[in-house]
Amino acid sequence: MTVFAAASLQPAFDKIAAQIHVDATFNYAGTQTLTAQLTQGAEADVFASADKTQMKTLLDAGLIAGAPEVFAHNRLEIAVAKGNPKGIHSLADLARPGLVVVLADPSVPAGKYAQQALAKANVTVHPASLEPQVTGVLSKVALGEADAGIVYVSDVVTSQKVQGVPIPDSQNVVADYPIAALKNAQHNSNAAAFIAFVLAPDGQSILKAAGFEPA
Amino acid sequence: MALAGLGLLLFLLPLAGLVVRAPWGQVGQELLAPQTATALGLSIFCSVTATAIALVLGIPLALVLSRTTGTLRSVLRALTTLPMVLPPVVGGVALLLAFGRRGLIGAPLYQLFGVQIPFTTTAAVIAETFVAMPFLVIAIEGGLRSLDQRYEEAARALGANSWKVFARVTLPLLRPAIFSGAVLCWARALGEFGATITFAGNLPGRTQTVPLAVYIALESKPEAAIVLSLVLLAVSLAILIGLRDRWLGEP
Amino acid sequence: MSLHATINVERNGFALSVDMTVFDGETVAVLGPNGAGKTTLLRALAGLVRITGHVELDGYVFDDSATNRHVPTEERQVGLVFQDHVLFPHMTVLQNVAFGLRRDGERIAGAWLERAGLGDKANALPSQLSGGQAQRVALLRTLVTEPRLLLLDEPLSALDVSIRAEVRRELARQLAAFKGIRILVTHDPLEAIALADRLVVLERGKIVQSGSPIDVTAKPRSRFVADLAGVNLLRGRGRGDHIELDNGATIAVPGAGEDDVFAVIHPHAVALYRAKPEGTPRNVWPARVEDLDLHAERVRVRLGGPVPLVAEVTTSAVRDLHLEPGTDAWVAVKATEISVYPA
Repeated sequence: MTVFAAASLQPAFDKIAAQIHVDATFNYAGTQTLTAQLTQGAEADVFASADKTQMKTLLDAGLIAGAPEVFAHNRLEIAVAKGNPKGIHSLADLARPGLVVVLADPSVPAGKYAQQALAKANVTVHPASLEPQVTGVLSKVALGEADAGIVYVSDVVTSQKVQGVPIPDSQNVVADYPIAALKNAQHNSNAAAFIAFVLAPDGQSILKAAGFEPA
Repeated sequence: MALAGLGLLLFLLPLAGLVVRAPWGQVGQELLAPQTATALGLSIFCSVTATAIALVLGIPLALVLSRTTGTLRSVLRALTTLPMVLPPVVGGVALLLAFGRRGLIGAPLYQLFGVQIPFTTTAAVIAETFVAMPFLVIAIEGGLRSLDQRYEEAARALGANSWKVFARVTLPLLRPAIFSGAVLCWARALGEFGATITFAGNLPGRTQTVPLAVYIALESKPEAAIVLSLVLLAVSLAILIGLRDRWLGEP
Repeated sequence: MSLHATINVERNGFALSVDMTVFDGETVAVLGPNGAGKTTLLRALAGLVRITGHVELDGYVFDDSATNRHVPTEERQVGLVFQDHVLFPHMTVLQNVAFGLRRDGERIAGAWLERAGLGDKANALPSQLSGGQAQRVALLRTLVTEPRLLLLDEPLSALDVSIRAEVRRELARQLAAFKGIRILVTHDPLEAIALADRLVVLERGKIVQSGSPIDVTAKPRSRFVADLAGVNLLRGRGRGDHIELDNGATIAVPGAGEDDVFAVIHPHAVALYRAKPEGTPRNVWPARVEDLDLHAERVRVRLGGPVPLVAEVTTSAVRDLHLEPGTDAWVAVKATEISVYPA
């Protein structure tokens, strides 16, 4: 069985795979990349997206079997160096001159959400870089090149090297993670079992431990 | 012959794919988009600067390489060619560890002068130089090794000091090797992606070269990515063909 | 003015060990087979090879390994002309000739080219020159710098045989006009004899003979010199009225002394017979024809036997005696035709 999953799901899905005893191969990448691969004919059994839009693209292309189900939510958080040396406490702090802020590129979900959050907070940030992947934002903060970045809560939970500064609900954006089986799946029963596990309490608690909010 | 054709096909088929799939109706619009011109301008600036730096540093390096022997030579050669075998992303990380805010050289630079190299155009140029210079060094070293050393000996016997021998004899005789090395280096720099994104980040107008723009566009607007790729291809082809006529006379 | 050189070079199992003095105005030809070390000797004099020993020109020390002194090539004012000219391919003929000049280079170089009759080639590239022209330009390029010592490495060997004689005459004129010391390296005896006042024969890194061309060819001291003089050279021990060769054969010759000696026999003094001759010659040996080599009206016959020799006979003698490889014959040499000198 092959699972195409958003990169941010890797820590949680690796744990789930260890529990369900199904021979599964995981292809973790940015949701856009996965969508592009699937529309170009890549074969997979399950698609777990970090974004409803991409799932809709595949639905419209007629590649999805059944209705996608949202299995987790993710929120944004400000990632800063351990100990928060620059004293960053809110999105507004990111506009401080001299601060090196890195965001995800608006073409990927994390970047799109970050822009939405900054707009809600009415903050203008001049980023030093627009990373094509959230992991790029995370690594630049972790390496100390950037003072702050906007990432998912799950990224902060998984990473040992950064600290999270919460963003209040009024400014935050909640990302929905939908999952679905694919029409051309070769391993239908395994796919169904995997999706069921992800939605069941055991799967949900693993996702929670990885920083996601349950469905 | 058949194998040669197969090899050519391996190059041509992906190109054909790009051309066939190109949204020709949108080409004009994508070309005129300001981001395209910005990325292309930055790409050309960075790759040409990287090639210039590689020439200034790479020619002396090639000279040293060609004049050493034994273990020292093997070590130097391995060090020089390392960026060719290193995955560019790893190269980018290595550059961060050297020139980043917490890097070997980057840390004192930042603490003493407040200078941060990553996320700047300088960083993009450094990344491209790091990845592309080995191509130049290897080509010139090859040229030096195949150079008949009696030309240099004849010049010395005519009273020329080391500098005159180098400037009037070695360098001109090396011109074909320098030229092909510079072209290879420039082409590699132009296509550089991994080290740049890791070390310099991605910001339009500052560090977003065409390959980065293509990658970003691939996520959201695949048609734009194809157009940008074709533009990069056309520009490099035009420059390569133009330079060839100008510098090498007839092909 | 003179050159004194004691040169020792050891490299990859090859050892060059030479001690030579050359006087002002002298042209010395270093002659020897391939691999004798001729080019290494020239390169050592030019300073392109580090040596053990001492090289001194007009009292100015170029090399002295005892004091670790080594004057680099570019400071020696030594002219070096390479075998295949080594003209700079990216420069015109004029730029090549002007290369070693400091001030007014192109004007002076142009004048030299005019005088040498090469004025119309000034703007040509070396690739557009004939072999002979390239050789003359290479020599001019060196001569304009007015070197104190002129070194020529096989100056004619890269040229087509058909033009060699003409270029050799030209070279002889130019060498005569050059006032300093001239050393040329060659493996061609004709070139050496035509151009040099003195021959130095180098074999396996050592000087085996030195002297005027006439002296050297009259009394060869090695197989190489004997071959180029076209004579038979035998070596043995003097036993009063005869010489005993290493293989035990003896040659009767008066006044052979009691020391190691060389004996030279000219091929035309070697007579051949089908049957054992009777009468005066005391030196008679059986021999077998190994091969025949036609030179104009004469035939050189290489003979095996107790005393290996080359005989020179007429074509009619070859016919009359039915000489061909494998033929058995008798050899006779008059004792008075053999010249003997100490080894």
